[in-house]
Amino acid sequence: MEQEIKLRVSGIEKSFPGVKALSNIEFKVRKGTVHALCGENGAGKSTLMKIINGIYKPDKGQIYIDEKPVKIQNPIQARNYGIAMIAQELNYVPEMSIEENLFLGRLPKKKTGSVDWKQLRKKTEEFLKNENLPYHPTQKMKTLTVSDIQMIEIIKAISNDAKIIVMDEPTSAITQKEVDTLFEKIKVLKEKGVSIIYISHKMDEVFQIADDITVLRDGTVVESHPASEIDIDKVISLMVGRKIENAYPKESIDIGETLLEVKDLSSKGIYKDINFHVKKGEIIGFAGLVGAGRTEVMRSIFGLDPITSGSIIKDGKEIQIKTVKDSIKNDIVMLSEDRKRYGIIPMRSITENASLSSLEKIIYGGYAHEKEERKIVKDYFNKMNVKSPTMDTAIQNLSGGNQQKVLLAKWMMRNPDILILDEPTRGIDIGAKYEIYKLMTDVAKEGKGVIIVSSELPELIGMCDRIYVMCQGVITGELQRDVFSQESIMRFATGTE
Amino acid sequence: MNSEKKSQIKEKYSIFLVLLLMIVLCTCFNRNFMSPDNIPNIMKQLAVATILAYGEMLLIISGMLDLSSGAVLALSGVFSVYVYKGTDSLLLAFLVAIFIAVACNIVNAIMVTNFKTPPFIATLAMQMAARGIALLFTNGQNIPQLGRYTVFGQGSIGPVPISILFIVVITIVIWYILRHTRLGRSLYAIGGNEEAAIASGISVNRNKYIVFIINGVLVGIAGVLFMSRVNAGLPNGAVGYEMEGLTAAIVGGTSFSGGVGTTMGTFAGALIIGCLNNIMNLTGVNSYVQQIVKGTIIALAVIWDIYSKNKKTTKVILVENEKEKEWNEEKSSGSIA
Repeated sequence: MEQEIKLRVSGIEKSFPGVKALSNIEFKVRKGTVHALCGENGAGKSTLMKIINGIYKPDKGQIYIDEKPVKIQNPIQARNYGIAMIAQELNYVPEMSIEENLFLGRLPKKKTGSVDWKQLRKKTEEFLKNENLPYHPTQKMKTLTVSDIQMIEIIKAISNDAKIIVMDEPTSAITQKEVDTLFEKIKVLKEKGVSIIYISHKMDEVFQIADDITVLRDGTVVESHPASEIDIDKVISLMVGRKIENAYPKESIDIGETLLEVKDLSSKGIYKDINFHVKKGEIIGFAGLVGAGRTEVMRSIFGLDPITSGSIIKDGKEIQIKTVKDSIKNDIVMLSEDRKRYGIIPMRSITENASLSSLEKIIYGGYAHEKEERKIVKDYFNKMNVKSPTMDTAIQNLSGGNQQKVLLAKWMMRNPDILILDEPTRGIDIGAKYEIYKLMTDVAKEGKGVIIVSSELPELIGMCDRIYVMCQGVITGELQRDVFSQESIMRFATGTE
Repeated sequence: MNSEKKSQIKEKYSIFLVLLLMIVLCTCFNRNFMSPDNIPNIMKQLAVATILAYGEMLLIISGMLDLSSGAVLALSGVFSVYVYKGTDSLLLAFLVAIFIAVACNIVNAIMVTNFKTPPFIATLAMQMAARGIALLFTNGQNIPQLGRYTVFGQGSIGPVPISILFIVVITIVIWYILRHTRLGRSLYAIGGNEEAAIASGISVNRNKYIVFIINGVLVGIAGVLFMSRVNAGLPNGAVGYEMEGLTAAIVGGTSFSGGVGTTMGTFAGALIIGCLNNIMNLTGVNSYVQQIVKGTIIALAVIWDIYSKNKKTTKVILVENEKEKEWNEEKSSGSIA
């Protein structure tokens, strides 16, 4: 049965000073379905969603809800039309309680105009109970896990009686298990007749959940199809406008002797008895659910967090790592999972960002050799295909993928023996992902060791020689390339094996 | 590419254009402004605020600030004067001022790094305490008639006033630190994103100590110049001078969110404020009105800074999008062929 059209946008155009973000967008969402919106970063997905949510005003075009033309001037009006948005960067007030966050901007009021706390408490308790979330309404938002915060955001949308829910990369920070919970939730919502616009870079998820798929590129709708009439390769090639033959450029490399060995590494209350090794030319992966302790282990090896016991052996010699300086001295470097927080110096130039960890190569003999610096950095940028207007452009003005490549260049400049990559492809588009995989292969070819921590199993399976799986602070499994499968990894990751 | 470079040059030198415009306007307003007496006079008046501004600039670049510099200036100044009166040694008096100002700033650094106190609070506490010690030590009395000590602020070598020599030397040193040392690069990184700086292998605490110590040296020198210029040890002097320094740094383009600022910008900022003060005095503007004008100028400087930054950001993203498109087209046409 063909469902009626819930939301339709027609002829939407939007320009920002000097740039056309959207042109002539036609897009419709059927009632009680999931409509996936795919496209590379900068394709216009977020702009379109912001227009639907009343954050931006379109220059031209019309939005229809239930085939009636509407004017959405601001997010409050959008809410009144039954539109809710769950943003990629979660919007919550960490210092406020769950109940206050849930009803932010629409706290129930008494006749006198003061907040009706009793009713607020009652409603919140009901919601938490329905969702099986073991929290008290007065608990502060910052004490929750990321995935539960995401669930709260979804509850917020539902509690608002939303008929159209926009989900922007809802799974970027949650684990596979929680993704399953989310998908269950979405199915229930669909049955209730709610329409969902689902934005994601993860193609397998899109195909798992979507009824319809629309691909955007450069601000225009390229094609729109029911999910059953299109496949992953087709969507990807539509998104990038070119064919990517192989998503993972894995090459077989001769594996040498052991480069790094970690013995009985423990950090009280976080992880315990971690043993693993990396050989020359090897790419190893760390799989596990969020909170399994993978990032924490890597942070310790990189000197960002302390260890309680255990030893790190490199090239057969035990090394002491107390600060990042120590690990850099031992040629171990790490690209952090949180690019904004631990990576970029936003307002400084890409050149300065790249040379930040190699200052002694540039500033010596009493002054800064800026010409030499530009030459060295430029070489790395060319190798990594960094696209930027000039060498002096502030890094904050580049796209996520290009920022990541600048940060990689920064570490490659140190010519490290061990390259640790924590979620290196999170939130960056397919083209840039491919380049990062390529770089990993090149590094391994030079006889160095690469460690990837990732929540995207296809990426680990595609690129690694061995995968360690962690669960609740211990390594529960080690898999060789010939026995990789999503199922076996998930069994170790959930501790069922 | 060309337009991007042009806009960068424009941004870099616009502050000097403002300064030039200021000087031209001042000359038109009052003929005495460009007189051979007035220019060195402006520079002398400016010396203290400019030196403090450099300290504030370094701290703001690294994500901190110093509210205590006026008070520490007074404290180190009166001690220096006291030592001079006791020993008659200019060198000793000079060193004592620097020693005390550095000591105060090490306390600031300990509070900020070891005890994680926000710099605003730590240096506010130091401001009160330092002023208190200065008043207690002198019993609130000024120490007049400094004799030879006045050479620092009033003397000159040949035709060049000594205080101007101080500014020139200090400007070169600060420029060198920011442009040509690892310390300079590290400060920009720390102020821009402290956690990223740590994760890049920069010793953040050590660098913060060093900035505070440099600030201490600058405040100590400013203390000597100040007392020497007014020919007295004033425990109640230089109240609010930290604000003069902050103003010059901000007008000169130092961003309060950290990670941005240049030596020449701050120098220009100090000159703009100095010319403004001078012309208002020469033309007899009411001193209350002077305050209003200065407040307005700070607000305008910051608004302009934010506005031009926004404009630039959209521009750059635009250029990048175009490049990306070009690149994609190249790739796709390449793969077809």
